[in-house]
Amino acid sequence: MKYILMMTGTKAGVDTYRAWSKKDIETHFAFLKNLNKELSEVGELVANEPLAAPDQAKVVHAGKDGTPITDGVFPEAKEFLLGYWIVDVESPQRAYEIAARLSAGPGPGGVPTNMPIEVRQIMSRKTDEMA
Amino acid sequence: MTTGPSEIPLEQLLRELTPQVLGAVTRRFHDFAAGEDAVQEALLAAATQWPREGVPDNPRGWLIQVAARRMTDYLRGEEARRRRESVVATGISAEAPAPEGEAEVEEDDTLTLFFMCCHPSLTSSSAIALTLRAVGGLTTPEIAKAFLVPEATMAQRISRAKQSIKASGVPFRLPTSQEQVERLRAVLHVLYLIFNEGYTSSAGPHLQRLELSHEAIRLARCVHALLPGGAEVAGLLALMLLTNARRAARTGPDEQLIPLTNQDRTLWDQAEIAEGVALLTAALSKGSIGPYQLQAAIAAVHDEAARAEDTDWPQILALYELLIGMFDNPMVALNHAIVAAMVHGPSKGLELLDALDSDARIAGHHRLSAVRAHLLEMAGDHEASITHYRLAANRATSVPERNYLITQAARLSEGTLEVTSDSPNHGSTSSRKP
Repeated sequence: MKYILMMTGTKAGVDTYRAWSKKDIETHFAFLKNLNKELSEVGELVANEPLAAPDQAKVVHAGKDGTPITDGVFPEAKEFLLGYWIVDVESPQRAYEIAARLSAGPGPGGVPTNMPIEVRQIMSRKTDEMA
Repeated sequence: MTTGPSEIPLEQLLRELTPQVLGAVTRRFHDFAAGEDAVQEALLAAATQWPREGVPDNPRGWLIQVAARRMTDYLRGEEARRRRESVVATGISAEAPAPEGEAEVEEDDTLTLFFMCCHPSLTSSSAIALTLRAVGGLTTPEIAKAFLVPEATMAQRISRAKQSIKASGVPFRLPTSQEQVERLRAVLHVLYLIFNEGYTSSAGPHLQRLELSHEAIRLARCVHALLPGGAEVAGLLALMLLTNARRAARTGPDEQLIPLTNQDRTLWDQAEIAEGVALLTAALSKGSIGPYQLQAAIAAVHDEAARAEDTDWPQILALYELLIGMFDNPMVALNHAIVAAMVHGPSKGLELLDALDSDARIAGHHRLSAVRAHLLEMAGDHEASITHYRLAANRATSVPERNYLITQAARLSEGTLEVTSDSPNHGSTSSRKP
């Protein structure tokens, strides 16, 4: 079963990461790199992508003639998707376990960030009618 | 070989030879993990050379020879590595044992390989991947594509599965007859899972997907040929055939799911049905009835009805009652409730569903809500039915099933008075559809 683990945060939250020390940033990146390596080695990692910062986020809808109308000014409290992992695991518990690992990633001074990770199952296109 | 090599498509020939070649190489070099890689390389070499140069007279011997050469190279490399790492000579010779005659390769180790790849110490996803590669002769990219995961992920999954087998020290020989019953159950379960995984729609972005259900049928045929007396092996093969026979009828042009009762039965594959029924009849006569045979028998009763209204529901109900007695599975219990409703009316079915609400394995599952919605509709309680169809749609994890459930809810809402109440009141069966 495949799950997407979504790391979300506000623009204000992202701004605080920018203030982390170089050492803290390096520790965090090393943590992410190792976790990805580990998930890949156990054959669970399907995809992982970080997203560009919320500053660049736009919400688009079609105008009357179909032309894009973009909206790029958001309230400070708006939650943005910062990055995602797609994993193929044996059970939902395993997906939660990986999400908890991500949430426990080191922040300033090595203290876990405790970032919320949204865990959602990815729908399959399969059906079965046996039994 | 009964059929001349030139009459079989190359890909099929290579897949059929894979387990025989791997068995011979593993037996000679006592290293399943490395042998498996060597055989894949030999298959690749054959796939590029044979179309150009023609299929050799003895394709199996050719593959064994090429794989053995790869193994020898590998062992030399390993020995050189050990020499570099240690001043002490290991004394292990990298020379391949002298090639032995055809007598050695006559032994068919396919069954041993099945048992090894479906070892209970492996997770089901690892066992599936390893079985498809080592016994099925599929390549890692093909398997990765079939499961929609990146090739590197699948390669790691297979490599780890081989490492676990190596670490567990399972000897390369058939399990003892005592173990075989339990181990065969694991093999059949893995094949069942492969079939189910492949029982998907073939349209859409995954048009190039390998037909896993066909692979599962091919592998089940192979186990059946090796164990012709196994009634449950025949039962599983029959179940696959009798289910696969409906494949063309079960989805519409836009991939929408068509339930059994609405399928165009002229699209059912009569040859597959006949083969499944014949296999099942022979298996049942052996007298050791198991869950796969019973499920196949249920599928056969459905398949034998020319129209949905001709279905022999009392017979299906009797089969479900037998099945429930030997196979504690909530999905089976769910189907039993539907069938009981067909025979004794929806209230009997709904009563059985209430008992499932406290079964942690299925409580909260979309199928439970979907069946409840269906039975409530049969009972004429459309409001409650709509509520449960929508609840089921929100819980579904498969796109075609979700779309089907949304459509059912929409169909009922259009046919009934628009009700604003969102209360799932099962008791209120008054304001019915005109």
